[in-house]
Amino acid sequence: MGFEPILVQTVNGLVNGMILALVASGLTLIFGIMDVVNFAHGDLVMLGGFVGASTMAVTGNFWVALLVAALVIAVFGAALQVSTLRPLLGRDPLTTILATFGVSLVLQKYALWQWGPSARNLQEPITGRFDLFYLQYPWYRVATAVLAGAIIGALWLFLKRGTFGIWIRATTQDRIMASAMGIPVPWVHTTVFAIGAAMAAASGVLFGPLGGVTQTMGSDFTLRAFIVVVVGGMGNLGGSILAAIFISLLEAYASLFVSPAQAVIVSFVALILTLLFRPTGLFVPTPK
Amino acid sequence: MTAATDRWDRPHWIGFAVVVGLLVAAPLVLPPFWQRFATEILIWGLLAMSSDILIGYTGMVSFGHSAFFGLGMYGAAAALLTVRPPNLWLAIVYGLVGAGLVAAFVAYFATRLRDIYFSITTLVFSQIFYVIIFTWTAVTGGENGLTFRQPHLAVPGLADVTFTPTVLHWFVVAVVALSYLLLRRITRSPFGMVLQSIRENEPRTRAIGYSVERYKIVAVLLSGLFAGLAGVLYAIQNKFAAPDFVFFLVSGEVIIFNVMGGIGTLVGPVVGAAFFLLLREGLSRYFEYYLIPVGIIFILMVIFLPQGFLGFLRRRLNQ
Repeated sequence: MGFEPILVQTVNGLVNGMILALVASGLTLIFGIMDVVNFAHGDLVMLGGFVGASTMAVTGNFWVALLVAALVIAVFGAALQVSTLRPLLGRDPLTTILATFGVSLVLQKYALWQWGPSARNLQEPITGRFDLFYLQYPWYRVATAVLAGAIIGALWLFLKRGTFGIWIRATTQDRIMASAMGIPVPWVHTTVFAIGAAMAAASGVLFGPLGGVTQTMGSDFTLRAFIVVVVGGMGNLGGSILAAIFISLLEAYASLFVSPAQAVIVSFVALILTLLFRPTGLFVPTPK
Repeated sequence: MTAATDRWDRPHWIGFAVVVGLLVAAPLVLPPFWQRFATEILIWGLLAMSSDILIGYTGMVSFGHSAFFGLGMYGAAAALLTVRPPNLWLAIVYGLVGAGLVAAFVAYFATRLRDIYFSITTLVFSQIFYVIIFTWTAVTGGENGLTFRQPHLAVPGLADVTFTPTVLHWFVVAVVALSYLLLRRITRSPFGMVLQSIRENEPRTRAIGYSVERYKIVAVLLSGLFAGLAGVLYAIQNKFAAPDFVFFLVSGEVIIFNVMGGIGTLVGPVVGAAFFLLLREGLSRYFEYYLIPVGIIFILMVIFLPQGFLGFLRRRLNQ
């Protein structure tokens, strides 16, 4: 095998890694602020993809579809948080796994009911290609990675600069103290969940032209996002992004040797090794 | 504590005798479809009971029970396909060995982690086994799984009968009832008490001097063995083993059984399995996407009835 397939897989891994990072940063944000392990996160990706596909069928514009999907799923996420997760606040985090697992089941079957079992492919908004060694690499893939990076960057700025971002960070650090300082903690939770859901939806639409949207893609995304979040350190935004790229690169290189279905095992093993030897996450400073 | 257990001992044994009696009589009165259905409920109930050792008694939510169940199935398949004539007892032994090995492997790694990390690790392990079984077509039959012939219920020198649905039902009743008695004994033994104290307060249990990790490993191993036994029974009932049963959604369903019926009660998970399967059966006749209402009921129960049916009932009785 030459040097070129490895470079191609590096590009592939980076692109996939950025989409995964977009999913995982929403998941880690939600976990960090309210100790909720959102088992339905991948299904929000899937739902976003379907809403995007439907919008695109009507409007014909990819970017409108992206925006509409993010907004619709944000509102849906807020409603989900208020109805299902708010009553569980303060209970064992394990109960939130159970509740969101139920949500995931419902969403999957709902998608099957509404959109049927076949995959929806979204049209690429950018059709140009450039030469990458032996193949024509689509510009859209590069644009996806850049856009995912931009959304994560915007989130980071939002958390660092805005008043609401300060509220979110305060609530993450100490829920009770934040509440005592007059921060409306329940609404901070709802908003964060909505933001996480919108990011999931955006990745669903972005992923649409690459892999197609199917009703079963949710559990796959959930599992991979979990792996990323744990490898990067639970609740750690920067760590998740690095971990997403790391895991995607690992899988991309592994698929040079085995089938993509088996390449997943590499990331599973990475997760287990991380949990055993560095349970706080790979990309965080060693806790003292 | 002892007074309370004594007070409930007699009603418990009467109830147990009545339920077993009804289950034994069931195939004589039920039409074939419901007879098969009752057998299936018992098998899923055994699987749910096995995971109750972890969820209810030790406080560890395992998402890996599909792997133990599936390995039980494939273990039984291995015995039934390779040994002529197919032997029931060998199928059970192979199934238990398969599930036990996997459980030991998972237990060794996963028990070092707690709470959600334990859940995620068990989930990931079960997915690893799923991918291996799904892609290793030469040995496991891949997506299509394996089909085989049903063994005879043969006790050397005593009896040799074929598994009619009724005989199978009785056999399953016997296995599940014995497993229940065994599990009840285990959860009430000093070992079971240590498990419950791990659930209540792990650091304190450790401080008293118990080797928490070792207890957890044994708990996962036990739980995996009983789950494997359920897998063997399911394989014998349906004459096939398929990768779908190793997929983590099965583990999720088992957790739903537990939560619906009431964790930490052993009987609860069986009740939960019966409720879930009946609900599914009833709803699927009218609505193809029956899991939507079932899922909503499950979410409502997590929020409003976290103790499940039996926990709710028990609290009512104690008032």
